[in-house]
Amino acid sequence: MNLNTIEDVRGARAAERAGFLWQEGDSWLAGGTWLYSEPQPHLRRLLDLRDFGWTPLEVDDAGLRIAATCLIAELYAFSPPPEWRAGSIIDECCRAFLASFKIWNTATVGGNICMSLPASPMVSLAASLEAVLTLRALDGSERAIAAIDFVTGNHQNVLQPGELLRAIALPAAALRKRAAFRRSTLTHMGRSTALLVGTADAPDETFTLTISAATPRPVQLVFPRVPDAASLRERLHEAIPDDAWFDDVHGAPAYRKHMSHYFAEQIRAELATPSV
Amino acid sequence: MSYHVNGKTFSEEPDAGQCLRTFLRDLGWFGVKKGCDQGDCGACTVWLDGKPVHSCLIPAYRAQGVAVTTIEGLATNGELHPMQHQFMNAQGFQCGFCTAGMIMTASTLSTDDINTDLARHLKGNLCRCTGYHAIEDAIHGVQTVEVDRPGSSAGTGVGAPAAPLVVTGQARYTLDTKMEGMLYLKVVRSPHAHANVVSIDKTAALAVPGVHRVYTWEDVPRRLYTTSIHEDFRVDPNDTYMLDNVARFVGQRMVAVLAESEAAAEAGCRAVTIEYEVLPAVFDPEEAMRSGSPMVHERGVDDFIRHPEHNVLIDIHGGIGDVEAGFAEADVLHEGTYSTHRGQHAHLETHCSIGWVDEDGRLNLRTSSQSPFIARDKICYLFGLGLQNVRVFCERMGGGFGGKQEVLTEDLVALAALDTGKPVQWEFTREEQFIGSTYRHPMRIEVKLGAKRDGTLTGMKLRIVSNTGAYGNHGGETLYHACSESVALYRCPNKKIDAFAVYTNTVPSGAIRGYGLTQTVYAVECAMDELARALEMDPFDLRQKNVVVPGDAMLSLGAEVSDAEIGSYGLDQCMTLVKDALARGNGVSAPDGDWLVGQGIAYAMHDTAPPTEHRSTAAIQLLENGNYELAIGTSEFGNGTTTQHIQIVATTLGTTASRVQIVQSDTDRTGFDTGAFASTGTFVAGKAVWIAAQALRDRILDFAASHVGVPCDLCRMDNDGVICGEVRVPLVDLYQAAEESGHQLGLSRKAYGSPRSVAFNVHGLRIAVHRVSGEILILQSVHAADAGAVINPMQLNGQVEGAVAQGLGWALYERIVLDDDGKIVNPQFRNYRIPAYADIPRTEIFYADSHDSIGPLGAKGMGECPINPVAPALANALHDATGIRFRDLPFRPDLIYAPIFEKHGAGVAS
Repeated sequence: MNLNTIEDVRGARAAERAGFLWQEGDSWLAGGTWLYSEPQPHLRRLLDLRDFGWTPLEVDDAGLRIAATCLIAELYAFSPPPEWRAGSIIDECCRAFLASFKIWNTATVGGNICMSLPASPMVSLAASLEAVLTLRALDGSERAIAAIDFVTGNHQNVLQPGELLRAIALPAAALRKRAAFRRSTLTHMGRSTALLVGTADAPDETFTLTISAATPRPVQLVFPRVPDAASLRERLHEAIPDDAWFDDVHGAPAYRKHMSHYFAEQIRAELATPSV
Repeated sequence: MSYHVNGKTFSEEPDAGQCLRTFLRDLGWFGVKKGCDQGDCGACTVWLDGKPVHSCLIPAYRAQGVAVTTIEGLATNGELHPMQHQFMNAQGFQCGFCTAGMIMTASTLSTDDINTDLARHLKGNLCRCTGYHAIEDAIHGVQTVEVDRPGSSAGTGVGAPAAPLVVTGQARYTLDTKMEGMLYLKVVRSPHAHANVVSIDKTAALAVPGVHRVYTWEDVPRRLYTTSIHEDFRVDPNDTYMLDNVARFVGQRMVAVLAESEAAAEAGCRAVTIEYEVLPAVFDPEEAMRSGSPMVHERGVDDFIRHPEHNVLIDIHGGIGDVEAGFAEADVLHEGTYSTHRGQHAHLETHCSIGWVDEDGRLNLRTSSQSPFIARDKICYLFGLGLQNVRVFCERMGGGFGGKQEVLTEDLVALAALDTGKPVQWEFTREEQFIGSTYRHPMRIEVKLGAKRDGTLTGMKLRIVSNTGAYGNHGGETLYHACSESVALYRCPNKKIDAFAVYTNTVPSGAIRGYGLTQTVYAVECAMDELARALEMDPFDLRQKNVVVPGDAMLSLGAEVSDAEIGSYGLDQCMTLVKDALARGNGVSAPDGDWLVGQGIAYAMHDTAPPTEHRSTAAIQLLENGNYELAIGTSEFGNGTTTQHIQIVATTLGTTASRVQIVQSDTDRTGFDTGAFASTGTFVAGKAVWIAAQALRDRILDFAASHVGVPCDLCRMDNDGVICGEVRVPLVDLYQAAEESGHQLGLSRKAYGSPRSVAFNVHGLRIAVHRVSGEILILQSVHAADAGAVINPMQLNGQVEGAVAQGLGWALYERIVLDDDGKIVNPQFRNYRIPAYADIPRTEIFYADSHDSIGPLGAKGMGECPINPVAPALANALHDATGIRFRDLPFRPDLIYAPIFEKHGAGVAS
């Protein structure tokens, strides 16, 4: 929709070079698929991140580095090397968008993470594959933060005013792990009600279970090895008490709990079985 | 910098925050539609360098230097894209508002995308009319449009005459026009469910550059009226002011701002200060009826309102026989309380209109209305204008489903146009559609049934409480409908109904497909299923024993004589068709794993016209070129009446549909028509067309006979000529001869919605229910309809499929949520999910072999009724699968899983 209060749009890089000052009413603009989907009467100026011209995807021994401005379509088109067994989670999380493939031609990975909705699938991806996010402050200084710590609540995150998300680094170690994915929606191909990812190199290696969409922010449980059903259930209860499940029109809290426990056990059982 | 659209270059610059969708429309590319403006519906899909995007989400400036293609640019060198042909050949549209987006999406898909993953690729394109099957056919290149032959048009799948315009983006909808000096209207809506306005400060708003006017309750005619559209305005309460100093629901329009741009109007709205005195509010109708509850409307507003102190708009009490005696003689009793929820029409074209005063000083309104004539009458009433001083007309409309049987924009647009003398436009946002239009009436229905051991019904008792919301529009008539056919379908000597339509401080309810009946069909058909279980009878057999048959009176509220009769009876065939289809199966079984399977059916009967006054005028004339022109007042919003009317004319006059042109829905150019609602497009307007066509045929034959000098019984119509004995006279010659001799080969006829007939629908579903997640899969969907003679089977399939899809969406997951303060929390398509292609199974559709003695060419209307048996069939299948009765709609997984898991979850790890 038209953002009728916007008075100025400029390239972020050009603005930076010109030494602009971040003001009330400024916003970074990535794909724009969320900004332009809701009224934004508090905004006056947009700073277009595409101006930076960041390389969307970079692969090296350390893993996969995704620019915040990488399009969902570009990420979905990426073919991970076969030794990255968790590479399938990238595709699964792309397909977990409520939005159409057409939106993928516009929406960005970083934009989805910065939206920080419980059902943001790029948050699920980054958190479950142990990504490290690079944040850049207005003075150009950078800080790193674990993806699991980035989102602080429904539509809330750690970004300071003017701070931006520069890149998402998925470490090769996490990408090489075995992974299991489960997702629940209330309508076919709808918005996620619960999205769980489990990873483990082997049954006796570290088991990481990431619960997202069902909770206001992702929750990660780490076990030294794949636990038994009772231990997993107990840890889940401890980590997410009954009042901590997310409540909105895409799923009642008790249902999110129910499905998360169901999926968690399925994931546990799957990764407890040695791969063939 | 410049912009390249469809091979043309433009030097215009967009506003800083403008999106590509509106920029393209500003440049004149009206094929780019707005369904939601939020990226959810896909109606605005265009290509950027060949890639499909939702143009409402694209910052317009980013299209600089990129090749933009809209639906208007899809054809190359005058040759349509194959997908455009395919959408014509399979008639992959009804209203056509989503079509440009569908085609711009489908035409980018590979064969592999289409064959293996069409559901995912279409999930960003919403269609509310078709139920998606015609769209699926189009994408697969299926030909469903049939060849039209002279004189036998009726009964064949003739394509809509507008098809070439729809698939090329040339069809003009309400707002697809530009007018010089246009002003834009926006409104400030109430944040409170119930409040008095203490003061309104317009000063800051008037100071906003570009703002021309700010209207409050003090600036509008202080005249009570109702927004609902009926020919007889006395069937609805006059309880509404154009702008009021009392807010009765969150979202009620309080102040209107008129400005040179939507941006300025929005800024003006933000600058208005309204001071409210917040009042206690009531949201639940049962609570609203209790003594001491806040009064939504005070006493004395309109004597129509039966019990203002109990918020009762209207209460209806009636029946036949002695229901308690009936229950006393029953062997088995069943009692249950069923509840239904709000449902949105979700037509893709939001409410909108444009008004201006022409050089003769007449007010013109170009609007999206299911009744331009009654809208005109209402505007005349509000502003004290004579009928001759107002013209209301509709271009093509993007859906209605009853939502546009309401005056929601025309009044303020008229006010502003009359005040300023300038053209004025008001377009609802999608959010306004949710917070400021209308819904299906939520109802709570207590049902008690009694039956003998052999299944013979001895008593039927209903108590219905309907929530009309803050205003009474349609509250009364929907309640009468709720009390009618659902109960009258069954022969039973003892019936009793107590029904109440109740005001609450919530968004108003209104007219929507089924019109109150859908809710009680749901309750009664669920109760019948439960009774069958209690009797250990097959649900078909129980109904077979009790449904009305020809010769029976159809009684519910009383034994008074009625103008409704069984003009044709195909219910028995419908039952057999559904029963056999379910027994046959369709080869689809539940997926492996934890699924429970069950089957359910439901019946429905629907009057073919409303009990209120309904009439239509058709005028037909022979044209100089030998073609015919039909003028008819009813409007086309995807219901397909245009095609049917042309087919009726073509069949009666022995020609092809291509030789009939139509003028419609314009108070200046057509005779009166009450409106395209209550399924009357075929039954009433179609009847006017039919009798006019018959009369014109007789007149042409008479004239031809005397012109040639042969007896009339030797003359017959022959496509573009008349055969008179041994001579064939072309119609063009006949036209000339008539002109020269002062004969008029044109006439008009009127038809009335009385007597009325009844249509029947039976739906069957076989479903799988996941015993852990509560997810429901439709394995088989079967629908049989008694539509009388079918005039256009292709279109009728679309009506049935669309209604089934709407019924499934409502029953499965469409759900409006109000917070504690009465505010709707999910006024967006992303949060109020309507079915996408992926959600809707293919329904097997059957028609009874039936010919109505009242309807035109033996036809009966099917615009609404196929929705009625869908939700109860689902509820009954869900019971069959799980052994648990769910009585409250909808059956969304998170609302039903708990008892299912409790009963069937043993052994499943959780």
